[in-house]
Amino acid sequence: MKNVFMNGIFKENPTFVLFLGMCPTLAVTTSAFNAVGMGLSTMVVLVFSNIFISLLRKFIPDKVRIAAYVVVIASFVTIIEMILKAYAQAVSAALGIYIPLIVVNCIILGRAEAFASKNGAIRSAVDGLGMGLGFTLALTVLGSIREILGAGTFFGISLFGEAFNPVTIMILPPGAFLTLGLVVMVINIISNKKRRGESKIA
Amino acid sequence: MLRDLLVISIGAIFIQNFVLVQFLGICPFLGVSKKVETALGMGFAVIFVMACASAITWAVQKLLVLFGIEYLQTIAFILVIAVLVQFVEMFLQKSVPSLYSSLGIYLPLITTNCAVLGVAIVNITKFGAAEFSFIKSVVYGATAGVGFTLAIVLFAGVRERLESSNIPEFLKGMPITLITASLLSIAFMGFSGLSF
Repeated sequence: MKNVFMNGIFKENPTFVLFLGMCPTLAVTTSAFNAVGMGLSTMVVLVFSNIFISLLRKFIPDKVRIAAYVVVIASFVTIIEMILKAYAQAVSAALGIYIPLIVVNCIILGRAEAFASKNGAIRSAVDGLGMGLGFTLALTVLGSIREILGAGTFFGISLFGEAFNPVTIMILPPGAFLTLGLVVMVINIISNKKRRGESKIA
Repeated sequence: MLRDLLVISIGAIFIQNFVLVQFLGICPFLGVSKKVETALGMGFAVIFVMACASAITWAVQKLLVLFGIEYLQTIAFILVIAVLVQFVEMFLQKSVPSLYSSLGIYLPLITTNCAVLGVAIVNITKFGAAEFSFIKSVVYGATAGVGFTLAIVLFAGVRERLESSNIPEFLKGMPITLITASLLSIAFMGFSGLSF
């Protein structure tokens, strides 16, 4: 069970390792706040859709399973959308069109197909939680880097004072690609070093 | 009217490019951009489906408003798009086999392309109650698809060259791809000053 949970956060991190759900990853990470909002919304949808699909897996005919999964996911996305509109106006306004687009986030459909359709409800929930946290973590890292460099703030709190001249391009679209590219590069360097270290010991 | 359509088209292709500025349809953009030829195939499939989806979701939205159930928008749209893609696939298979065989593998992928659902939702928020909203939606859908095609073909061209160049070990694969996309996105930012 612990492995299922940790899997999503590190070994199969949906963003940095599997490169799933790239659209929201790039689009909403202009600030750490948006990133956390998006990550948590996706996580909630992922956990609930995993539980439901896992419970329904014996009843859904194989041929129409993708369509059935999409309907389940879309229902939860609609619920989240309504909850955010009612109780978290700021998040809803900042994320805009990207909230309904959680439906087509490949992480969710991917986990439904790869995990929830083959495992029990509790395992699926844990898997959803792990993957969701991994996604949130990745978005928060990207959002923090972009916000600190691009606006000089962190969760809206000014870090450097007046004298700091922000690198505006980091919060513009090119900065999204660049930040993700550089973060993946750093991860590659670290994992390559680790592998080399392991082979030396062996 | 014509001027409006021209402004919408240029906006959709260059200024608000779906991939490089709005980040819709990134998955196919990164996934099927290794060769110019396949990128072109994917691009044409997307143009076609996005134009059709814009037309149909316009009608669906009218129905939803009629019954006062706009909150079902997301579910209705994604189902309609999935069915549409399936229909397009069947139709092409029967009547235009040559086009089908060249687009074949890309069509099912389009259902989960967020650009298609994205364009449907943008259409509603952008042209919802405007005059000629149907024509505007379809034109916006098609030209947004053209913008997608332009971006993915340009990108595939760069990536073909990257294949044969000497890249440092730690940049190989995804990092260099993303940095290339970043440079392409900077180029497209040059259009953001355009206004009419």
